[in-house]
Amino acid sequence: MADAPAGAAPAPAGVAINSGDTAWILISAALVMLMTPGLAFFYGGLVRRKNVLSVLMQCMTAICIVSIQWVLFGYSLAFGPDKWGGLIGGLDWVGLSGVGAAPMAPYVDTVPHSAFMIYQMMFAVITPALIIGACAERMKFSAFCIFTLLWSTLVYDPLAHWVWGAGGFLGLNGGWGALDFAGGTVVHISAGMTALAAVIVMGKRQGHPTSISPPHNLPLGVLGAGLLWFGWFGFNAGSALHADSLAVGAFIATHVAAAVAGLTWALLDWMFHKKPTTLGMITGAVGGLVAVTPGAGFVTPMGAIFIGLGAGLFPWLAVTFLKNRLGYDDTLDAFGVHGLGGIWGALATGLVACAAANPAVNRNGLFYGPGGAEQLMTQFKAVCVAVVWSFVMGLILFKVVDLMVGLRVNQHEERVGLDLTQHKEVGYTVID
Amino acid sequence: MKYVIAIIQPDRLDEVLRRLEEKEIHLVTVTSVVGRGRQKGIAEVYRSHKEAGSLLRKTKLEIAVNDTFVQPTIDAITEGGRTGAIGDGKIFVVDMDRCVRIRTGDEGPEAIG
Repeated sequence: MADAPAGAAPAPAGVAINSGDTAWILISAALVMLMTPGLAFFYGGLVRRKNVLSVLMQCMTAICIVSIQWVLFGYSLAFGPDKWGGLIGGLDWVGLSGVGAAPMAPYVDTVPHSAFMIYQMMFAVITPALIIGACAERMKFSAFCIFTLLWSTLVYDPLAHWVWGAGGFLGLNGGWGALDFAGGTVVHISAGMTALAAVIVMGKRQGHPTSISPPHNLPLGVLGAGLLWFGWFGFNAGSALHADSLAVGAFIATHVAAAVAGLTWALLDWMFHKKPTTLGMITGAVGGLVAVTPGAGFVTPMGAIFIGLGAGLFPWLAVTFLKNRLGYDDTLDAFGVHGLGGIWGALATGLVACAAANPAVNRNGLFYGPGGAEQLMTQFKAVCVAVVWSFVMGLILFKVVDLMVGLRVNQHEERVGLDLTQHKEVGYTVID
Repeated sequence: MKYVIAIIQPDRLDEVLRRLEEKEIHLVTVTSVVGRGRQKGIAEVYRSHKEAGSLLRKTKLEIAVNDTFVQPTIDAITEGGRTGAIGDGKIFVVDMDRCVRIRTGDEGPEAIG
Protein backbone atom coordinates (compact mmCIF):
# COMPACT_ATOMS: atom_id res chain seq x y z
CA MET A 1 0.00 0.00 0.00
CA ALA A 2 1.04 3.57 -0.57
CA ASP A 3 2.95 5.31 2.16
CA ALA A 4 0.76 8.37 2.44
CA PRO A 5 0.88 10.80 5.34
CA ALA A 6 -1.80 10.35 7.94
CA GLY A 7 -4.96 12.27 7.30
CA ALA A 8 -4.05 12.92 3.70
CA ALA A 9 -6.43 15.04 1.74
CA PRO A 10 -8.86 13.29 -0.59
CA ALA A 11 -7.13 11.96 -3.65
CA PRO A 12 -6.39 14.56 -6.30
CA ALA A 13 -8.67 15.03 -9.23
CA GLY A 14 -7.97 12.53 -11.96
CA VAL A 15 -8.07 9.45 -9.71
CA ALA A 16 -11.02 7.60 -11.09
CA ILE A 17 -13.51 5.59 -9.13
CA ASN A 18 -13.44 2.12 -10.63
CA SER A 19 -16.93 0.72 -10.94
CA GLY A 20 -15.76 -2.91 -10.89
CA ASP A 21 -13.80 -2.40 -7.70
CA THR A 22 -16.66 -0.50 -6.09
CA ALA A 23 -19.18 -3.18 -7.01
CA TRP A 24 -16.91 -5.85 -5.55
CA ILE A 25 -16.45 -3.98 -2.29
CA LEU A 26 -20.19 -3.44 -1.89
CA ILE A 27 -20.89 -7.10 -2.62
CA SER A 28 -18.14 -8.08 -0.20
CA ALA A 29 -19.62 -5.86 2.49
CA ALA A 30 -22.95 -7.62 2.02
CA LEU A 31 -21.22 -11.02 2.13
CA VAL A 32 -19.46 -10.17 5.39
CA MET A 33 -22.72 -8.84 6.82
CA LEU A 34 -24.29 -12.25 6.13
CA MET A 35 -21.58 -13.91 8.20
CA THR A 36 -23.07 -12.63 11.45
CA PRO A 37 -26.50 -14.23 10.88
CA GLY A 38 -24.52 -17.25 9.66
CA LEU A 39 -22.59 -17.27 12.91
CA ALA A 40 -25.90 -16.94 14.75
CA PHE A 41 -27.17 -20.15 13.17
CA PHE A 42 -23.82 -21.90 13.65
CA TYR A 43 -23.88 -21.05 17.34
CA GLY A 44 -27.67 -21.33 17.67
CA GLY A 45 -27.73 -24.90 16.45
CA LEU A 46 -25.10 -25.95 18.97
CA VAL A 47 -26.76 -24.67 22.14
CA ARG A 48 -29.67 -26.28 23.95
CA ARG A 49 -33.15 -25.61 22.60
CA LYS A 50 -34.05 -23.35 25.52
CA ASN A 51 -31.24 -20.95 24.55
CA VAL A 52 -31.42 -20.88 20.76
CA LEU A 53 -33.10 -17.49 20.51
CA SER A 54 -30.75 -15.88 23.00
CA VAL A 55 -27.79 -16.64 20.75
CA LEU A 56 -29.56 -15.48 17.59
CA MET A 57 -30.71 -12.36 19.40
CA GLN A 58 -27.23 -11.51 20.66
CA CYS A 59 -25.77 -11.84 17.16
CA MET A 60 -28.47 -9.65 15.63
CA THR A 61 -28.05 -7.15 18.45
CA ALA A 62 -24.32 -6.97 17.77
CA ILE A 63 -25.16 -5.93 14.20
CA CYS A 64 -27.36 -3.11 15.46
CA ILE A 65 -25.15 -1.80 18.28
CA VAL A 66 -21.81 -1.93 16.50
CA SER A 67 -23.17 -0.49 13.25
CA ILE A 68 -24.36 2.61 15.09
CA GLN A 69 -21.15 2.82 17.12
CA TRP A 70 -19.16 2.59 13.89
CA VAL A 71 -20.97 5.50 12.28
CA LEU A 72 -20.86 7.71 15.37
CA PHE A 73 -17.22 7.24 16.38
CA GLY A 74 -15.93 3.68 15.89
CA TYR A 75 -14.72 4.16 12.33
CA SER A 76 -12.92 7.33 13.28
CA LEU A 77 -11.16 5.66 16.22
CA ALA A 78 -10.04 2.75 14.05
CA PHE A 79 -9.18 4.42 10.77
CA GLY A 80 -9.13 8.15 11.48
CA PRO A 81 -5.95 10.20 11.17
CA ASP A 82 -3.38 8.81 13.59
CA LYS A 83 -2.93 10.16 17.12
CA TRP A 84 -0.29 9.41 19.73
CA GLY A 85 2.23 7.65 17.53
CA GLY A 86 0.15 4.84 16.10
CA LEU A 87 -2.03 4.11 19.12
CA ILE A 88 -5.46 5.33 18.04
CA GLY A 89 -7.29 7.14 15.30
CA GLY A 90 -8.41 10.69 15.95
CA LEU A 91 -11.91 12.03 16.12
CA ASP A 92 -11.76 13.84 12.77
CA TRP A 93 -14.23 11.46 11.16
CA VAL A 94 -16.78 11.33 13.97
CA GLY A 95 -20.25 10.93 12.53
CA LEU A 96 -18.52 10.04 9.27
CA SER A 97 -17.88 13.69 8.55
CA GLY A 98 -15.53 13.85 5.60
CA VAL A 99 -16.00 10.19 4.76
CA GLY A 100 -17.40 10.57 1.31
CA ALA A 101 -17.21 9.72 -2.34
CA ALA A 102 -13.52 10.38 -2.88
CA PRO A 103 -11.02 7.55 -2.36
CA MET A 104 -8.88 7.85 0.75
CA ALA A 105 -5.19 6.96 0.77
CA PRO A 106 -3.72 4.70 1.98
CA TYR A 107 -6.86 2.60 2.36
CA VAL A 108 -8.48 2.69 -1.04
CA ASP A 109 -7.49 4.29 -4.32
CA THR A 110 -10.28 3.31 -6.68
CA VAL A 111 -13.42 3.06 -4.53
CA PRO A 112 -15.24 5.68 -2.48
CA HIS A 113 -14.02 6.12 1.07
CA SER A 114 -17.57 5.49 2.27
CA ALA A 115 -17.57 2.05 0.60
CA PHE A 116 -14.42 1.15 2.55
CA MET A 117 -16.12 2.39 5.71
CA ILE A 118 -19.23 0.22 5.29
CA TYR A 119 -17.08 -2.79 4.37
CA GLN A 120 -15.00 -2.38 7.52
CA MET A 121 -18.17 -1.92 9.56
CA MET A 122 -19.14 -5.53 8.91
CA PHE A 123 -15.83 -6.72 10.36
CA ALA A 124 -16.38 -4.63 13.46
CA VAL A 125 -19.84 -6.19 13.78
CA ILE A 126 -18.90 -9.85 13.59
CA THR A 127 -15.89 -9.66 15.92
CA PRO A 128 -17.74 -9.12 19.22
CA ALA A 129 -20.41 -11.56 17.99
CA LEU A 130 -17.74 -14.28 17.88
CA ILE A 131 -17.22 -13.91 21.63
CA ILE A 132 -20.83 -14.99 22.23
CA GLY A 133 -19.65 -18.54 21.69
CA ALA A 134 -17.78 -18.50 24.99
CA CYS A 135 -20.54 -16.87 27.07
CA ALA A 136 -23.51 -18.66 25.55
CA GLU A 137 -26.29 -20.04 27.75
CA ARG A 138 -25.47 -17.98 30.83
CA MET A 139 -24.89 -14.30 30.04
CA LYS A 140 -27.45 -11.63 30.85
CA PHE A 141 -28.70 -9.82 27.77
CA SER A 142 -28.19 -6.39 29.33
CA ALA A 143 -24.61 -7.32 30.20
CA PHE A 144 -24.05 -8.47 26.65
CA CYS A 145 -25.23 -5.15 25.22
CA ILE A 146 -22.99 -3.07 27.50
CA PHE A 147 -20.02 -5.36 27.00
CA THR A 148 -20.35 -5.27 23.23
CA LEU A 149 -20.34 -1.49 23.11
CA LEU A 150 -17.38 -1.20 25.50
CA TRP A 151 -15.38 -3.94 23.84
CA SER A 152 -15.86 -2.58 20.33
CA THR A 153 -14.77 0.87 21.43
CA LEU A 154 -11.92 0.03 23.79
CA VAL A 155 -10.50 -3.19 22.33
CA TYR A 156 -11.46 -3.61 18.68
CA ASP A 157 -11.11 -0.04 17.45
CA PRO A 158 -7.59 0.48 18.84
CA LEU A 159 -6.42 -2.93 17.63
CA ALA A 160 -7.85 -2.32 14.15
CA HIS A 161 -5.97 0.97 14.13
CA TRP A 162 -2.70 -0.66 15.14
CA VAL A 163 -2.87 -3.22 12.34
CA TRP A 164 -4.75 -1.50 9.53
CA GLY A 165 -4.92 2.20 10.36
CA ALA A 166 -2.69 4.72 8.66
CA GLY A 167 0.30 5.02 11.02
CA GLY A 168 -0.80 2.09 13.21
CA PHE A 169 2.24 0.64 14.92
CA LEU A 170 1.81 -3.06 14.02
CA GLY A 171 0.88 -3.07 10.39
CA LEU A 172 2.07 -2.32 6.91
CA ASN A 173 0.99 1.31 6.94
CA GLY A 174 4.08 2.63 8.66
CA GLY A 175 4.33 0.01 11.45
CA TRP A 176 6.31 -3.15 12.19
CA GLY A 177 5.15 -4.77 8.98
CA ALA A 178 3.07 -7.61 10.44
CA LEU A 179 1.06 -9.31 7.73
CA ASP A 180 -2.65 -9.54 8.44
CA PHE A 181 -4.51 -9.64 5.17
CA ALA A 182 -8.09 -9.81 6.36
CA GLY A 183 -8.12 -9.78 10.14
CA GLY A 184 -6.64 -12.88 11.74
CA THR A 185 -5.16 -10.71 14.46
CA VAL A 186 -7.75 -7.97 14.67
CA VAL A 187 -10.80 -10.20 14.43
CA HIS A 188 -10.01 -13.76 15.40
CA ILE A 189 -7.18 -13.58 17.90
CA SER A 190 -8.85 -10.67 19.66
CA ALA A 191 -12.26 -12.37 19.84
CA GLY A 192 -10.71 -15.72 20.77
CA MET A 193 -8.59 -14.35 23.58
CA THR A 194 -11.43 -12.27 24.98
CA ALA A 195 -13.47 -15.48 24.85
CA LEU A 196 -10.88 -17.10 27.09
CA ALA A 197 -11.18 -14.17 29.48
CA ALA A 198 -14.95 -14.68 29.39
CA VAL A 199 -14.83 -18.30 30.47
CA ILE A 200 -12.43 -17.42 33.28
CA VAL A 201 -14.56 -14.57 34.63
CA MET A 202 -17.98 -16.16 34.09
CA GLY A 203 -17.24 -19.71 35.15
CA LYS A 204 -19.00 -22.86 34.06
CA ARG A 205 -22.62 -23.44 33.24
CA GLN A 206 -24.62 -25.42 35.77
CA GLY A 207 -24.17 -29.12 35.18
CA HIS A 208 -21.00 -28.73 33.12
CA PRO A 209 -19.61 -31.06 31.89
CA THR A 210 -21.67 -34.11 32.87
CA SER A 211 -25.29 -33.10 32.33
CA ILE A 212 -25.23 -30.71 29.41
CA SER A 213 -27.39 -31.88 26.51
CA PRO A 214 -25.76 -32.19 23.08
CA PRO A 215 -26.32 -29.59 20.31
CA HIS A 216 -30.08 -29.22 19.87
CA ASN A 217 -30.11 -28.73 16.10
CA LEU A 218 -27.00 -29.67 14.15
CA PRO A 219 -28.64 -28.99 10.77
CA LEU A 220 -28.90 -25.33 11.86
CA GLY A 221 -25.22 -25.49 12.70
CA VAL A 222 -24.40 -26.79 9.23
CA LEU A 223 -26.51 -24.05 7.66
CA GLY A 224 -24.63 -21.48 9.70
CA ALA A 225 -21.24 -22.92 8.82
CA GLY A 226 -22.22 -22.87 5.14
CA LEU A 227 -23.24 -19.22 5.36
CA LEU A 228 -19.99 -18.40 7.14
CA TRP A 229 -17.98 -20.15 4.44
CA PHE A 230 -19.90 -18.24 1.74
CA GLY A 231 -19.57 -14.91 3.49
CA TRP A 232 -15.87 -15.48 4.12
CA PHE A 233 -15.17 -14.92 0.41
CA GLY A 234 -16.20 -11.33 0.99
CA PHE A 235 -14.16 -11.20 4.18
CA ASN A 236 -10.91 -12.41 2.61
CA ALA A 237 -11.16 -11.81 -1.13
CA GLY A 238 -12.83 -8.48 -0.49
CA SER A 239 -9.84 -7.43 1.58
CA ALA A 240 -7.89 -7.10 -1.67
CA LEU A 241 -10.00 -3.92 -2.04
CA HIS A 242 -9.87 -4.31 -5.82
CA ALA A 243 -11.57 -6.77 -8.14
CA ASP A 244 -8.21 -8.10 -9.28
CA SER A 245 -5.96 -11.14 -9.31
CA LEU A 246 -5.08 -10.62 -5.65
CA ALA A 247 -8.77 -11.00 -4.77
CA VAL A 248 -8.86 -14.18 -6.84
CA GLY A 249 -5.82 -15.56 -5.04
CA ALA A 250 -7.35 -14.79 -1.64
CA PHE A 251 -10.62 -16.38 -2.76
CA ILE A 252 -8.84 -19.58 -3.76
CA ALA A 253 -6.69 -19.74 -0.62
CA THR A 254 -9.77 -19.21 1.55
CA HIS A 255 -11.71 -22.02 -0.06
CA VAL A 256 -8.79 -24.46 -0.11
CA ALA A 257 -7.88 -23.93 3.55
CA ALA A 258 -11.49 -24.43 4.67
CA ALA A 259 -11.80 -27.64 2.68
CA VAL A 260 -8.53 -29.04 4.03
CA ALA A 261 -9.29 -28.11 7.64
CA GLY A 262 -12.83 -29.52 7.55
CA LEU A 263 -11.56 -32.81 6.18
CA THR A 264 -8.65 -32.87 8.63
CA TRP A 265 -10.94 -32.52 11.66
CA ALA A 266 -13.34 -35.17 10.37
CA LEU A 267 -10.46 -37.58 9.75
CA LEU A 268 -9.03 -36.95 13.22
CA ASP A 269 -12.46 -37.73 14.68
CA TRP A 270 -12.61 -40.85 12.56
CA MET A 271 -9.20 -42.05 13.73
CA PHE A 272 -9.49 -41.18 17.39
CA HIS A 273 -13.24 -41.25 18.11
CA LYS A 274 -14.26 -44.03 15.70
CA LYS A 275 -16.63 -41.91 13.53
CA PRO A 276 -16.28 -38.78 11.41
CA THR A 277 -18.70 -36.26 12.92
CA THR A 278 -20.73 -33.55 11.22
CA LEU A 279 -19.96 -31.16 14.04
CA GLY A 280 -16.26 -31.90 13.65
CA MET A 281 -16.39 -31.29 9.91
CA ILE A 282 -18.06 -27.88 10.19
CA THR A 283 -15.92 -26.84 13.16
CA GLY A 284 -12.80 -27.72 11.23
CA ALA A 285 -13.97 -25.82 8.17
CA VAL A 286 -14.62 -22.71 10.26
CA GLY A 287 -11.20 -23.17 11.87
CA GLY A 288 -9.65 -23.30 8.40
CA LEU A 289 -11.42 -20.08 7.40
CA VAL A 290 -10.15 -18.44 10.57
CA ALA A 291 -6.59 -19.58 10.06
CA VAL A 292 -6.33 -18.56 6.42
CA THR A 293 -7.68 -15.08 7.14
CA PRO A 294 -4.35 -13.36 7.93
CA GLY A 295 -2.54 -15.03 5.05
CA ALA A 296 -5.23 -15.31 2.39
CA GLY A 297 -3.67 -12.69 0.12
CA PHE A 298 -0.07 -13.68 0.76
CA VAL A 299 0.01 -17.43 0.14
CA THR A 300 -0.18 -19.87 -2.76
CA PRO A 301 -2.84 -22.60 -2.91
CA MET A 302 -0.23 -25.05 -1.58
CA GLY A 303 0.44 -22.65 1.27
CA ALA A 304 -3.29 -22.62 1.96
CA ILE A 305 -3.28 -26.42 2.19
CA PHE A 306 -0.51 -26.20 4.77
CA ILE A 307 -2.46 -23.61 6.77
CA GLY A 308 -5.60 -25.74 6.54
CA LEU A 309 -3.83 -28.82 7.91
CA GLY A 310 -2.73 -26.94 11.04
CA ALA A 311 -6.14 -25.31 11.31
CA GLY A 312 -7.71 -28.75 11.53
CA LEU A 313 -5.12 -30.13 13.90
CA PHE A 314 -4.45 -27.45 16.54
CA PRO A 315 -8.04 -26.44 17.40
CA TRP A 316 -8.93 -30.15 17.38
CA LEU A 317 -6.22 -30.85 19.93
CA ALA A 318 -7.35 -27.91 22.05
CA VAL A 319 -11.04 -28.79 21.98
CA THR A 320 -10.50 -32.52 22.44
CA PHE A 321 -7.74 -32.59 25.06
CA LEU A 322 -6.83 -29.16 26.42
CA LYS A 323 -10.41 -28.18 27.26
CA ASN A 324 -11.04 -31.39 29.18
CA ARG A 325 -7.66 -31.23 30.90
CA LEU A 326 -8.09 -27.65 32.07
CA GLY A 327 -11.82 -28.05 32.67
CA TYR A 328 -12.85 -24.65 31.32
CA ASP A 329 -16.34 -24.24 29.87
CA ASP A 330 -15.94 -22.51 26.49
CA THR A 331 -19.51 -23.30 25.43
CA LEU A 332 -18.99 -23.23 21.67
CA ASP A 333 -15.18 -23.20 21.53
CA ALA A 334 -14.73 -19.57 20.59
CA PHE A 335 -11.25 -19.69 22.13
CA GLY A 336 -10.30 -23.06 20.70
CA VAL A 337 -11.35 -22.28 17.14
CA HIS A 338 -10.94 -18.51 16.80
CA GLY A 339 -8.19 -17.90 19.34
CA LEU A 340 -5.92 -20.81 18.54
CA GLY A 341 -6.94 -20.96 14.87
CA GLY A 342 -6.14 -17.26 14.59
CA ILE A 343 -2.78 -17.61 16.30
CA TRP A 344 -1.86 -20.55 14.11
CA GLY A 345 -2.91 -18.61 11.00
CA ALA A 346 -0.91 -15.52 11.92
CA LEU A 347 2.23 -17.56 12.63
CA ALA A 348 1.73 -19.78 9.58
CA THR A 349 1.57 -16.65 7.46
CA GLY A 350 5.13 -16.03 8.63
CA LEU A 351 6.01 -19.49 7.32
CA VAL A 352 4.35 -19.60 3.91
CA ALA A 353 3.85 -15.99 2.79
CA CYS A 354 5.67 -15.43 -0.48
CA ALA A 355 6.16 -12.73 -3.04
CA ALA A 356 5.14 -15.17 -5.75
CA ALA A 357 1.61 -15.01 -4.38
CA ASN A 358 1.61 -11.26 -3.78
CA PRO A 359 4.34 -8.82 -4.78
CA ALA A 360 3.47 -6.71 -1.73
CA VAL A 361 5.18 -9.33 0.44
CA ASN A 362 8.64 -7.82 0.77
CA ARG A 363 9.91 -10.47 3.19
CA ASN A 364 9.13 -14.06 2.28
CA GLY A 365 8.02 -16.47 5.00
CA LEU A 366 10.44 -18.90 6.61
CA PHE A 367 9.71 -21.70 4.14
CA TYR A 368 10.52 -19.43 1.19
CA GLY A 369 14.03 -18.57 2.03
CA PRO A 370 16.13 -15.66 3.07
CA GLY A 371 14.79 -13.25 5.62
CA GLY A 372 11.92 -15.54 6.54
CA ALA A 373 12.87 -15.79 10.17
CA GLU A 374 12.54 -12.05 10.41
CA GLN A 375 8.98 -12.06 9.06
CA LEU A 376 8.05 -14.93 11.36
CA MET A 377 9.42 -12.96 14.30
CA THR A 378 7.37 -9.93 13.29
CA GLN A 379 4.27 -12.13 13.11
CA PHE A 380 5.07 -13.56 16.53
CA LYS A 381 5.44 -10.12 18.09
CA ALA A 382 2.16 -8.92 16.59
CA VAL A 383 0.42 -12.05 17.87
CA CYS A 384 1.79 -11.43 21.36
CA VAL A 385 0.53 -7.86 21.36
CA ALA A 386 -2.94 -8.93 20.21
CA VAL A 387 -3.10 -11.85 22.65
CA VAL A 388 -2.10 -9.82 25.68
CA TRP A 389 -4.18 -6.79 24.73
CA SER A 390 -7.43 -8.62 24.08
CA PHE A 391 -7.06 -11.06 26.98
CA VAL A 392 -6.24 -8.45 29.61
CA MET A 393 -8.76 -5.93 28.34
CA GLY A 394 -11.32 -8.72 28.15
CA LEU A 395 -10.74 -9.59 31.81
CA ILE A 396 -11.05 -5.95 32.83
CA LEU A 397 -14.19 -5.24 30.81
CA PHE A 398 -15.96 -8.39 31.97
CA LYS A 399 -15.20 -7.42 35.58
CA VAL A 400 -16.46 -3.88 35.00
CA VAL A 401 -19.71 -5.08 33.42
CA ASP A 402 -20.11 -7.61 36.22
CA LEU A 403 -19.94 -4.77 38.74
CA MET A 404 -22.37 -2.66 36.72
CA VAL A 405 -25.22 -5.09 36.03
CA GLY A 406 -23.94 -8.60 36.77
CA LEU A 407 -22.69 -10.85 33.96
CA ARG A 408 -24.66 -13.99 34.64
CA VAL A 409 -28.33 -14.72 34.88
CA ASN A 410 -29.37 -16.26 38.19
CA GLN A 411 -29.41 -20.02 38.63
CA HIS A 412 -33.14 -20.37 38.15
CA GLU A 413 -33.06 -18.35 34.94
CA GLU A 414 -30.16 -20.40 33.65
CA ARG A 415 -32.11 -23.62 34.23
CA VAL A 416 -35.30 -22.30 32.64
CA GLY A 417 -33.30 -20.97 29.70
CA LEU A 418 -32.39 -17.56 28.39
CA ASP A 419 -35.06 -17.47 25.67
CA LEU A 420 -37.93 -17.32 28.12
CA THR A 421 -36.20 -15.41 30.91
CA GLN A 422 -34.33 -12.80 28.83
CA HIS A 423 -36.68 -12.40 25.87
CA LYS A 424 -40.04 -13.86 26.85
CA GLU A 425 -40.06 -16.02 23.76
CA VAL A 426 -39.31 -19.61 22.91
CA GLY A 427 -37.73 -20.98 19.75
CA TYR A 428 -39.98 -24.00 19.41
CA THR A 429 -43.47 -24.94 20.46
CA VAL A 430 -44.15 -28.32 22.05
CA ILE A 431 -47.46 -28.94 20.30
CA ASP A 432 -48.88 -27.25 17.22
CA MET B 1 -45.56 -53.12 41.35
CA LYS B 2 -46.47 -49.50 40.84
CA TYR B 3 -46.31 -47.08 37.95
CA VAL B 4 -45.30 -43.61 39.12
CA ILE B 5 -46.17 -40.66 36.90
CA ALA B 6 -44.86 -37.27 37.87
CA ILE B 7 -45.41 -33.86 36.28
CA ILE B 8 -42.62 -31.48 37.29
CA GLN B 9 -41.12 -28.12 36.39
CA PRO B 10 -38.73 -28.55 33.44
CA ASP B 11 -35.91 -26.78 35.22
CA ARG B 12 -36.04 -29.27 38.13
CA LEU B 13 -35.41 -32.28 35.91
CA ASP B 14 -31.65 -32.51 36.42
CA GLU B 15 -32.01 -32.35 40.18
CA VAL B 16 -34.79 -34.96 40.27
CA LEU B 17 -32.80 -37.32 38.06
CA ARG B 18 -29.77 -36.90 40.29
CA ARG B 19 -31.75 -37.78 43.40
CA LEU B 20 -33.38 -40.78 41.72
CA GLU B 21 -29.94 -41.99 40.75
CA GLU B 22 -28.79 -41.60 44.38
CA LYS B 23 -31.60 -43.92 45.46
CA GLU B 24 -30.66 -46.42 42.75
CA ILE B 25 -33.75 -45.81 40.67
CA HIS B 26 -32.35 -45.94 37.17
CA LEU B 27 -35.34 -46.80 35.01
CA VAL B 28 -37.11 -43.61 33.99
CA THR B 29 -38.85 -42.29 30.89
CA VAL B 30 -38.93 -38.53 30.34
CA THR B 31 -41.10 -36.53 27.98
CA SER B 32 -41.64 -32.84 27.40
CA VAL B 33 -45.33 -31.98 27.72
CA VAL B 34 -47.63 -29.01 28.00
CA GLY B 35 -50.46 -28.82 30.47
CA ARG B 36 -52.76 -26.69 32.50
CA GLY B 37 -52.79 -26.00 36.20
CA ARG B 38 -53.41 -23.12 38.52
CA GLN B 39 -49.96 -21.66 37.95
CA LYS B 40 -49.37 -18.50 35.99
CA GLY B 41 -46.16 -19.00 34.05
CA ILE B 42 -43.83 -16.59 32.33
CA ALA B 43 -45.97 -15.21 29.51
CA GLU B 44 -44.44 -15.15 26.06
CA VAL B 45 -44.63 -12.02 23.94
CA TYR B 46 -44.75 -11.89 20.15
CA ARG B 47 -44.53 -8.52 18.38
CA SER B 48 -45.71 -6.78 21.51
CA HIS B 49 -48.73 -9.04 21.69
CA LYS B 50 -48.88 -10.84 24.97
CA GLU B 51 -49.76 -14.48 24.67
CA ALA B 52 -51.84 -15.67 27.57
CA GLY B 53 -50.11 -19.05 27.49
CA SER B 54 -52.91 -21.14 28.95
CA LEU B 55 -50.83 -24.28 28.49
CA LEU B 56 -47.51 -24.37 30.31
CA ARG B 57 -44.44 -26.43 29.60
CA LYS B 58 -43.87 -29.30 32.00
CA THR B 59 -41.76 -32.39 32.13
CA LYS B 60 -43.34 -35.80 32.65
CA LEU B 61 -41.51 -38.65 34.31
CA GLU B 62 -42.74 -42.24 34.17
CA ILE B 63 -41.14 -44.74 36.49
CA ALA B 64 -42.06 -48.38 37.02
CA VAL B 65 -41.01 -49.62 40.47
CA ASN B 66 -41.33 -52.54 42.82
CA ASP B 67 -43.30 -51.83 45.98
CA THR B 68 -40.23 -51.26 48.17
CA PHE B 69 -39.08 -48.48 45.84
CA VAL B 70 -42.33 -46.50 45.75
CA GLN B 71 -41.57 -44.26 48.74
CA PRO B 72 -37.92 -43.59 47.75
CA THR B 73 -39.16 -42.60 44.29
CA ILE B 74 -41.70 -40.19 45.72
CA ASP B 75 -39.08 -38.77 48.08
CA ALA B 76 -36.59 -38.21 45.29
CA ILE B 77 -39.14 -36.40 43.13
CA THR B 78 -40.48 -34.19 45.90
CA GLU B 79 -37.04 -33.31 47.25
CA GLY B 80 -35.63 -32.56 43.82
CA GLY B 81 -38.72 -30.94 42.36
CA ARG B 82 -39.97 -28.74 45.18
CA THR B 83 -39.47 -24.99 44.96
CA GLY B 84 -42.46 -24.11 47.17
CA ALA B 85 -44.16 -22.16 44.41
CA ILE B 86 -47.43 -22.99 42.71
CA GLY B 87 -46.70 -25.15 39.68
CA ASP B 88 -44.24 -27.58 41.25
CA GLY B 89 -46.40 -30.38 39.89
CA LYS B 90 -47.98 -33.66 40.94
CA ILE B 91 -47.11 -37.29 41.46
CA PHE B 92 -49.57 -40.03 40.56
CA VAL B 93 -49.05 -43.62 41.71
CA VAL B 94 -51.04 -46.32 39.97
CA ASP B 95 -51.15 -50.10 40.26
CA MET B 96 -49.31 -51.95 37.55
CA ASP B 97 -50.60 -55.37 36.51
CA ARG B 98 -47.76 -56.73 34.45
CA CYS B 99 -44.23 -55.88 33.39
CA VAL B 100 -42.44 -57.77 30.62
CA ARG B 101 -38.82 -57.40 29.54
CA ILE B 102 -38.96 -57.62 25.78
CA ARG B 103 -35.45 -59.02 25.30
CA THR B 104 -35.86 -62.08 27.56
CA GLY B 105 -39.56 -62.43 28.17
CA ASP B 106 -39.00 -62.09 31.94
CA GLU B 107 -42.15 -61.10 33.81
CA GLY B 108 -42.90 -59.45 37.11
CA PRO B 109 -40.72 -57.68 39.68
CA GLU B 110 -37.38 -58.91 38.29
CA ALA B 111 -38.27 -57.47 34.88
CA ILE B 112 -38.39 -53.93 36.25
CA GLY B 113 -34.80 -53.43 37.44
